[in-house]
Amino acid sequence: MTSFIHRIEVHYKQDPRLTSRTDRIRSLGIPVDTLHLIDIYTIVTSSRDFSYDELCRIGAQLINPVIQEYTIDTATESVFNYAIEVGFLPGVTDNIGTTAKQTIEDFYTIRFKEGESVYSSQLFFICGHISEDSLQKLTATLANPLVNRVHIKKYEEYKNKGMDPFVPSVRFRELPTAEEVNLDLDDQDLARLGKEGILDLVTGKRRGPLALDLPQIHAIRDYFSKKGRKPTDVELESLAQTWSEHCKHTIFASSMDDDVPKGLYKTFIQEATNKIRREKGDKDICVTVFTDNSGAIIFDDRYLVTHKVETHNSPSALDPFGGALTGIVGVNRDTIGFGLGAKPCLNYYGYCVGDPESDPVLFRGKNKANPILSPRQILDGVVKGVGVGGNCSGIPTPQGWCYFNDRYTGKPLVFAGTVGVMPLKHKHRKLFEKRAKPGDLIVMAGGRVGKDGIHGATFSSEALDPASPVTAVQIGDPITQKKLSDVIVKEARDLGLYRSITDNGAGGISCSVAEMAKECNGCHVFLDKVPLKYHGMAPWEIWISESQERMTLAIPKEKIDEFMDLVQRREVEATVIGQFTDSGKCVVEYHGNVVMDIDLDFLHDGLPKKHLKTTRIHKLFPEPKTSCPARLDKTILSMLQRKNICSKEFISTQYDHTVQGGYVLGPVQGKGRVQAPASLTKVVLDSEKGVGLSQGIFPLYSEIDPYLMAAAAIDTAIRGLIAMGVSLDNIALLDNFCWCSSDEPERLWQLKRAAQGCYDFATAFGTPFISGKDSMFNDFSGFDANNNPVKISVPPTLLISSIGIHGEVEKAVSIDAKFEGDFVYVIGETFPELGGSEYFAFLDYIGNTVPKLDTRKVKFRYQRLTVAIAKEIVASAYPVNYGGLAIALAKVAISGDIGMKITIPSGLRPDYFLFSESLGRFVVTISKDNRKEFEEIVGCDAMLLGTVCGRALQISGQEIITDLPVEELETAYKSPFVGY
Amino acid sequence: MKTPSNSEKSPAGRAGKNEISYPAKTDEKAIIMSGYGINSEMETEEAFRRAGMSSDIVHINDLIAGRKKLSDYRLLVFPGGFSYGDDTGAGNAYANRVRNNLWDDVERFLDNDTLVLGICNGFQILANLGLVPGFDKKYEREIALMPNRKGVLECRFVNIRPISDNLWTRGIERMYCPVAHGEGNFFCPPETLERLRTKDMITFQYCQDDMRPANGEYPHNPNGSIEDIAGITSEDGKVLGLMPHPERAMNFTNLYDWPYQKEKMKREGKKLPQESMNMQFFKNIVHYFC
Repeated sequence: MTSFIHRIEVHYKQDPRLTSRTDRIRSLGIPVDTLHLIDIYTIVTSSRDFSYDELCRIGAQLINPVIQEYTIDTATESVFNYAIEVGFLPGVTDNIGTTAKQTIEDFYTIRFKEGESVYSSQLFFICGHISEDSLQKLTATLANPLVNRVHIKKYEEYKNKGMDPFVPSVRFRELPTAEEVNLDLDDQDLARLGKEGILDLVTGKRRGPLALDLPQIHAIRDYFSKKGRKPTDVELESLAQTWSEHCKHTIFASSMDDDVPKGLYKTFIQEATNKIRREKGDKDICVTVFTDNSGAIIFDDRYLVTHKVETHNSPSALDPFGGALTGIVGVNRDTIGFGLGAKPCLNYYGYCVGDPESDPVLFRGKNKANPILSPRQILDGVVKGVGVGGNCSGIPTPQGWCYFNDRYTGKPLVFAGTVGVMPLKHKHRKLFEKRAKPGDLIVMAGGRVGKDGIHGATFSSEALDPASPVTAVQIGDPITQKKLSDVIVKEARDLGLYRSITDNGAGGISCSVAEMAKECNGCHVFLDKVPLKYHGMAPWEIWISESQERMTLAIPKEKIDEFMDLVQRREVEATVIGQFTDSGKCVVEYHGNVVMDIDLDFLHDGLPKKHLKTTRIHKLFPEPKTSCPARLDKTILSMLQRKNICSKEFISTQYDHTVQGGYVLGPVQGKGRVQAPASLTKVVLDSEKGVGLSQGIFPLYSEIDPYLMAAAAIDTAIRGLIAMGVSLDNIALLDNFCWCSSDEPERLWQLKRAAQGCYDFATAFGTPFISGKDSMFNDFSGFDANNNPVKISVPPTLLISSIGIHGEVEKAVSIDAKFEGDFVYVIGETFPELGGSEYFAFLDYIGNTVPKLDTRKVKFRYQRLTVAIAKEIVASAYPVNYGGLAIALAKVAISGDIGMKITIPSGLRPDYFLFSESLGRFVVTISKDNRKEFEEIVGCDAMLLGTVCGRALQISGQEIITDLPVEELETAYKSPFVGY
Repeated sequence: MKTPSNSEKSPAGRAGKNEISYPAKTDEKAIIMSGYGINSEMETEEAFRRAGMSSDIVHINDLIAGRKKLSDYRLLVFPGGFSYGDDTGAGNAYANRVRNNLWDDVERFLDNDTLVLGICNGFQILANLGLVPGFDKKYEREIALMPNRKGVLECRFVNIRPISDNLWTRGIERMYCPVAHGEGNFFCPPETLERLRTKDMITFQYCQDDMRPANGEYPHNPNGSIEDIAGITSEDGKVLGLMPHPERAMNFTNLYDWPYQKEKMKREGKKLPQESMNMQFFKNIVHYFC
């Protein structure tokens, strides 16, 4: 078939993007003189051609003539050294191309046919004498080889004919079918099958890991030999998905040692929640815990709120932008897929990455194959990805954090969370309950299915075939999902058009449909009905594809016409792909052939049980031998500049945190704009209540004492909310375990201790876990430039996120000191607890004394502070965190843009007193008038440190220890990420 | 829901000394557009409801299909959002969809006694439709909201002050509300700017906390707009495009500095206001229909 290819090039008359772009490239050490940017649209049609005049009219639609011009099939004229064109590889989501296509379709009232499309790309003209090395570095910042194609020309090659047109269309292959897989093999071959995947008869290559171990494959073999037939590849791939660590959490589910026969999850997480709920009785705040896509607590008598925090670590290591974007829009779907559909109302992020100023030279393959991305590239990409996801979806992102450590260099951790809001009922129908019924139609709605994310968690080191669609990573399309979300949550839900809904995440429809099939005990799917992005997908690929922006619904037959009419009007694609049954089976057909027929019992519960053994380890780290300096001015400034302490405001301000109109206490606070450890937002505008979010994460404690790491994380997550005035009764927790090498008994022992800590401290506080997620193998195994094997494992990392309901936002307290003359107190005791602290890290030590927690004492303390805040006598409150008291005081002063005069008690070494990370502490400021009442309420737990006054932070012991102008503190606090 | 009372008088958080009290409520309805990634329709509806006007949120496809009629309304609002993900230029693709499918209805709508408001993405849509500045009712594109000078989306509170006296600005001394956009950098050729000036169409400018001009300086002027322009009207004054989001800061507790202001007022023995100064803007619009 002939294709007509046209290229529209758009440039600004004066490009406002250039200054910041050029600065950015220069900041990476690439000596660019000038830069020009051209936006390209490549229009490919076969059924009709566009005339020059028609193309001009199209061009006019794609620009604003006040500032832009276009050329049709003519290279943009310019003088430069290099031209670099960056486009997408075949099959990668191209949102700009799709929008341009829709605009053209709308304008000419036509429909692009299969194989016809519009592709976007960007052309960079680079002036400057840059070396081959710099050119490579520049290309690496502009493009990711996993999703982008790059074409470079020198000026001489460009000047007469411009760039060469390129069409990244997917090459069609013959229609593949399902194949039988022989399991009558010896154990060695079976193990290889589990590890490397099914041998593809067409390509002769293994398809990629099933991640099934030998006992699991034996169970599958025995099941099918009883049935008297061989499994198909669809069945095997499907079982591998359903039984994966990702879906079944086998490590948390397996019995462990002799003392945890029911497994970590049931014993320590679920039982903590059950115990708390029993004890709270009428005051139980939980609605749905652990069973649905998100956890939910009561907001008020009309609404509930949901929360869920996911990780997207492996994809973000490969493609930080795409990985983080799909992470956040993915967890948005856990909200839309809660009950009958909650509205996403808050996004939340957390990034653990290597030091962005380091430039490690490491490779995934031997001989310098597949270099890893630098921490800076990863940070830039994930920051942008979560931003685009939230901003485009109209979901505010008020809360998040970054944590830097070199052990995240091989694999970053990317946390993405979403809070949803939903009425408890709509016309007497409980919206938090759902149940598909036999006979209901299975409907897939949203995006189409491509090869995205198939075996995506693993990385193939083989070079990618340039015409094969990208499978390892995915780029999200937030607008497609926004359309889907709006029609579900704002329209279809309250029209009662469906009985059940769930998200398509890991494992695609193979997991979502099989999961919903539990509600009615069976399903029958016609795979050939599933709409595809392109031809040439095998049935097993369609079944397990993780293409984004899709939900699966159960729709009663009598409602299907109304549902289809509605979604069509919202330009959301939906397709009936089968029917729910009560057959007890999951049956899948493809073009009339049954390609899967498995009992649901076996699919969900057939995996063999495991027993895990742990080995206790206790590491001893050297203690610092330095003595306390007489003055700490320089130390405080250096501490403020530490990456885990300093301002990352550039992230907060590029994330919209005000959309939906509920902003109360934001990510930065006070005149001096300091990032707060917690935020508060109204999610129901006509209510006085608000939703607080905070977190605690102390990865450096895990190697010293994982049990106390859990204590620190839980206490800090809770304390962030207490400081704003959220009552302990209204707080719930989420757990995210990101571990490493979880096949090693020592790592499993650390895991067990952390889980035990979760139980002990959550039950002591009475704060239930409502949702959680684990990711057990965050290890990088690769090579350095000399082919020496290198393994980098993340420190065992427990993130505790908290959500709490503030009863009256008008009484909420911010972190900034407010007025001259106010008293400054620290509430809670300070001990010499600096093991794993930022101060010891600054001294290049780890130490051993991590903070302990006396929950009985601090619980009482938190209740007293809540009373004081409710009486509106607390002018500011800051929960002491990384860097201890000195950093807390500095941040309270910077945010208030006002000084303080502080005297610390003798007893402890001044530097240990000031930088200890003892838990349970707050810095508060109180006006003179409220002093008496405050001291009566909080009692001797509060120690008066000094007053708010002047323009400097002065701290004295016997002598003056530090005396620094607030401006100087502020500069130190804000300088490290200038230019990001 | 606490009904905000008009009788409260507190200096901070209120519209200012010239504040005007209106009889609440109109029977006219607003049409608030949605679809394709517009996302601020619900809080915009809430703002008008509080100001005394109810609205219908209407998906653009329902207008195109004739299920709803523009002629049933007298106030058309394009709210904020990320229509089409800002692809092909913020607001451009949505404007194309309006122009390619609804243009005759829009022109007829403008001929009647009506108002049109575009906030943020809505302003970008109005600019691409040519509804602002709309010189001589020719509706050609004459201004642009370019990518921000800093190159990224900017979300922060800004001060804006009215610099022309018209139906939109009555009784407003200052508004304090968030911007949240990647493309709000107002630009137009010098001759267009001159016409905007002489015809008093520049309505809101970014300014400093103490009302002094922002003079192009970041962060007071958050995006690099020429003349610190935050909002302009059409030549006939019936259409307003505004980059900042007053609908996102309707309450006193929505304002960035409210904890400080609250503490200050408490110590001065003053009563805390419920609503913010930004509500005056919506009341002005509703008043037009009363």
